[in-house]
Amino acid sequence: MIKRFVFALLSSALVTSVAHAGGHCAAGKTLTDGKLTIATGNPAYYPWVMDDAPESGKGFEAAVAYAMASEMGFPAADVVWVRTSFDEAIQPGAKNFDLNMQQYSITPEREIVVDFSVPYYSAPMAVLVGKGAVDTAPTMADLKGLKWGAVGSTTAVSKLENVVKPESAILLYADNADVNAAISANQIDAALFDLPTALFLSAVMIEGSKVIGQFSADASDNPDQFGMLMEDGNALKDCVNQALTKLAATGRLAAIEAEWLQDTTGVPLIK
Amino acid sequence: MRKRQAASATRREIYEAERRRRSLAVAAASTAVVVLALIVLVPLAPGWEKVQKSFFNGAVLAKSFPRLLDAFKVNVMIFAWSAPSIAILGLLIALARGVRAPTLFPLRIFATIYTDVFRGVPVILTVYLIGFGIPGLGLPRPWNSPYIWGSVALVLTYSAYVAEIFRSGIDSVHHSQRSAALSLGLSEGQAMRDVILPQAVRNVVPSQMNMLIALQKDVSLLSFIGPVEIFRQAGVFKSLLANFTPYVGAAIIFLAVTIPATRYADYLMAKQTRERR
Repeated sequence: MIKRFVFALLSSALVTSVAHAGGHCAAGKTLTDGKLTIATGNPAYYPWVMDDAPESGKGFEAAVAYAMASEMGFPAADVVWVRTSFDEAIQPGAKNFDLNMQQYSITPEREIVVDFSVPYYSAPMAVLVGKGAVDTAPTMADLKGLKWGAVGSTTAVSKLENVVKPESAILLYADNADVNAAISANQIDAALFDLPTALFLSAVMIEGSKVIGQFSADASDNPDQFGMLMEDGNALKDCVNQALTKLAATGRLAAIEAEWLQDTTGVPLIK
Repeated sequence: MRKRQAASATRREIYEAERRRRSLAVAAASTAVVVLALIVLVPLAPGWEKVQKSFFNGAVLAKSFPRLLDAFKVNVMIFAWSAPSIAILGLLIALARGVRAPTLFPLRIFATIYTDVFRGVPVILTVYLIGFGIPGLGLPRPWNSPYIWGSVALVLTYSAYVAEIFRSGIDSVHHSQRSAALSLGLSEGQAMRDVILPQAVRNVVPSQMNMLIALQKDVSLLSFIGPVEIFRQAGVFKSLLANFTPYVGAAIIFLAVTIPATRYADYLMAKQTRERR
């Protein structure tokens, strides 16, 4: 607790100094001058945002957001949070955010309509199975025989259709909570999530479930690199990319990842 | 009605024909102006190009349409087994609400509560509750299928509405019909089955057609509990392509079915009105 407090003090001191010293590459390019408006999901899920409260700076995405904002010259007090759905983020017309951060996978099709920052996280996809299927071997052959589910708005759907190719029809849901309900009701055996989400769901949300395997993150067909979503042609993009690149180069991004995302090394690769 | 030769049209008829022609011309002209204004003015809006790219994108439509059609089969399937169940259960509930025997009073109370509850609860909540709740009790596969319990949820909700329509149909048959049937020696049951119901059902066919059309769209609510029907499939395309055109594609498919059905309901309604005059 005390460590946290000191850390917060230190980082706020850092933030104020950066605000004065940092280049103002974002000046005049944000929605509200002097403020950086960042959107997250409604609700925002652990471990990306803790307790659905991004203002706390706790959780991986919230921490990255504040670190990046300070890199761009915005003190924590000038970071404004809003909530959007996926649809609001991609609808044509003016946006109510500068950046939208809710585990958006960067895909070429989406890039046509919106802009993405450089990736801030590479998430391998992982297989979460319910109580009845925990003994399934992490091999393609065994995975095909399972009854699959996924969140319909994620890239997990195309992964299932193109890579796993299950034998029975895939069931799709609106959000994580509904997939949980379906696993708990034994309507599906397995669901595909990004690894941190899968680990969280298995540890906290779904009793008796297990993460049995992950797809290797560098597989050529794996599109799951998370980027910050911006309106197409947003002038802020270069500034955001500079900040993120710097965070990555200084090891700050890796440190945030280590702090908020569980150790993902224990999950076997799917063969 | 008297027949009249065309040649011997009265001044009144000539005047009326003239008025008809004029109103037709005015209607055509005003429609043309409105359509033209839409076609010319909407694209002038500053955001039109973006809206067109997101909602009316030909390439995206072509890419998604075949799979949308495929997914629509799931809708048709669910509709096909739900609709007859709804009709039967709805009729039974309507009859239960109308029972007169004092011993069967509990049945009447049950039917009243049933229609009150299922008409009052949003369909989506019923779908969630029954679609996830009942399988969650521990049913083995395939009996915990979301197809089964989702359909049950639809049947419960819709039969409550349909029961009320049937009841209004039964009420619309004049009570003298029942009295007459009873005085002829028919039992209560026979009077209901052979005299009242045939007229009642005929009276409410147009209203029930509207329920069918509504059901046809509400089948999509089952997508919330897993089945990949057309709405969910369109949503998947929307997310992958970051484009809303697949929803427009789904709407086109829906309209292709509902517009003929609506026209048919209108036709039935008009026919009924004519017959009653």
